[in-house]
Amino acid sequence: MRTARVPAARGPASGRPASRRPATQIGAQAGRARRENRSGWLLVSPSLAVVALVVLLPFALVVVFGFSEIRLVDIPFLGTEPIEWSLDNFERAMASQAFWGALWTTVLYAGLTAAGSLAVGLVLALALRRPFRGRGLVRALLLVPYVLPVVAAATLWKTMLNPQYGVVNAFGRAYLGWDTPVGFLSTTSAEVWGIPVPVALLVVVLFDIWKSAPLAFLFLTARLQAVPGEIEEAAALDGAGRRQTLRYILLPQLRAVALLLLLLRFIWSFQSFDDVYLLTEGAGSTQVMAIKVYTELVTKADIGSAAAFGLLMSLILGVLLVGYVLLSRRTEDS
Amino acid sequence: MTGVRPTRAARAGRAVVVALALLWSLGPVAYGVVLSMRPYTEVTRDPLGLPTSLDLSAFATAMRDEADGGFGLARFVLNSLGVAVGTVVVSIVVCVLGAYAAARLRYRGRAVTNGIILAVYLFPGIVLAVPKFVILSRLGLTSSLVGLLIVYVAATVPVALYMMRNFFLALPASVEEAAIMDGCTLGQLLTRVVLPIAVPGVVATAIYVFMIAWNEYFYALLFLVQHRDLWTAPLGIAQLGDFQVPVTVLLAGSIAVTVPVVIIFFLAQRYIVSGLVQGAER
Repeated sequence: MRTARVPAARGPASGRPASRRPATQIGAQAGRARRENRSGWLLVSPSLAVVALVVLLPFALVVVFGFSEIRLVDIPFLGTEPIEWSLDNFERAMASQAFWGALWTTVLYAGLTAAGSLAVGLVLALALRRPFRGRGLVRALLLVPYVLPVVAAATLWKTMLNPQYGVVNAFGRAYLGWDTPVGFLSTTSAEVWGIPVPVALLVVVLFDIWKSAPLAFLFLTARLQAVPGEIEEAAALDGAGRRQTLRYILLPQLRAVALLLLLLRFIWSFQSFDDVYLLTEGAGSTQVMAIKVYTELVTKADIGSAAAFGLLMSLILGVLLVGYVLLSRRTEDS
Repeated sequence: MTGVRPTRAARAGRAVVVALALLWSLGPVAYGVVLSMRPYTEVTRDPLGLPTSLDLSAFATAMRDEADGGFGLARFVLNSLGVAVGTVVVSIVVCVLGAYAAARLRYRGRAVTNGIILAVYLFPGIVLAVPKFVILSRLGLTSSLVGLLIVYVAATVPVALYMMRNFFLALPASVEEAAIMDGCTLGQLLTRVVLPIAVPGVVATAIYVFMIAWNEYFYALLFLVQHRDLWTAPLGIAQLGDFQVPVTVLLAGSIAVTVPVVIIFFLAQRYIVSGLVQGAER
């Protein structure tokens, strides 16, 4: 999406056709192209080195680890002993109930978060679309949850929801007639009007929406500002009401960016560790895949198994990323 | 009725939405601020009460060293500051060069390198946590702030490249063309022509990188959990939450580490936002 936007002829020589120049200048230009080639590589090589060392090399290693029996105690001997290749890590993962459970939890968590943060972002963007006094300040204040360090945000939420002194339980017991405090972050499921509700998971989703909706709001606002005012005026002249303008003019304009936001948030939430771990440490059936990778590595000290979990995750994410690229190509063309 | 102009009902509806949105965004933060100023015993006795007097002792307790009966947050903050500033310096130097090349220079293989950078920007980071942990502990760097710095540079280079390239693309190319015509070398071009006009973009990117490093929790947990003297501020607050630390002190600590990032973010807000959402306007 971004790469394709670079204008091809943004170099120093743009806009001057070579054919109209004397021969000496053409020679000078060839020299300059060579120089530009050299400086380009010179400038980009530190970035490439970082990428190669900390992305490509680790990725190669995670594949090796996934297919071998290796544990934390083996680290000092890495590179001195031959690798024992095996498929065991993958077979064990695929056969375990925990893997499929974690996958389902993760999909639910990421899906609900993506939909929720888009919906909240959309409401905010539409509500703040027209100028009013103090709009700049409101806009800035709405970004606070996004800027907050995740640890601070989780501390706030954990305190609010605490069964003993949290404001939510205190309020519920004082005014809503709750008999016992609700353990929001440890309850797997509770019946609300006869419907089972996954309490802890929903709280984590809500938390993530709270933190990520401001970004969706920013993207949607940027897109809304680019909608030419004449379209709306023309629609109004044709007798379109507010609701019709929204339905037929604004929302179609937002479709592409909304789809991208949905996909990006799903990808980011799919691998999110901090939010869930800080709030519940995986309690209350909130064991997402990222927590699974962490416990395999740290608690079970099994590098191979953690790598296999990670690789299976990235396989799923890879499919989504291909979807993202195809999607952004299409938006690019239209 | 013109349709474009909002009716009175629409305006009232908007006021309600805006009020609710502010409550939703700031409510938890305001609650935390209020609680951090109340004595702990009062909070447990009357959770819904308001502070009767201004009590800032929780902040002091959080910051003081363990030897003085505090929780050592001041040291955690210094650790965080060191790692974050180091990350900003390395990441920005690397990315200014790379992003300029990606935005302006035509070199062979440019499409491929740009593609790699985009792929890395979108690459799921959690997958790489395992091998990064293994490599760095093989090198003996997992129990040091240097190991953390390396990981943070890796995590911020893709997004910094992406943001900075957007800033460079938005600058007029004509000044650079004139400078090249005048025989400027590449080094002169960058330091005397490009960087001076790109300062807002560089500062915005630096702040964003700083925020990522300052807020990061996962790698700090993975690398340093057993080395209390090296804890970063987020790790310290999260770990203390597992001990018997009064919640008022935890909240005071959370607010203390939040205030600086919120302030610097808002100072550069306009530039950061434009760098992030570039491309969404289409």
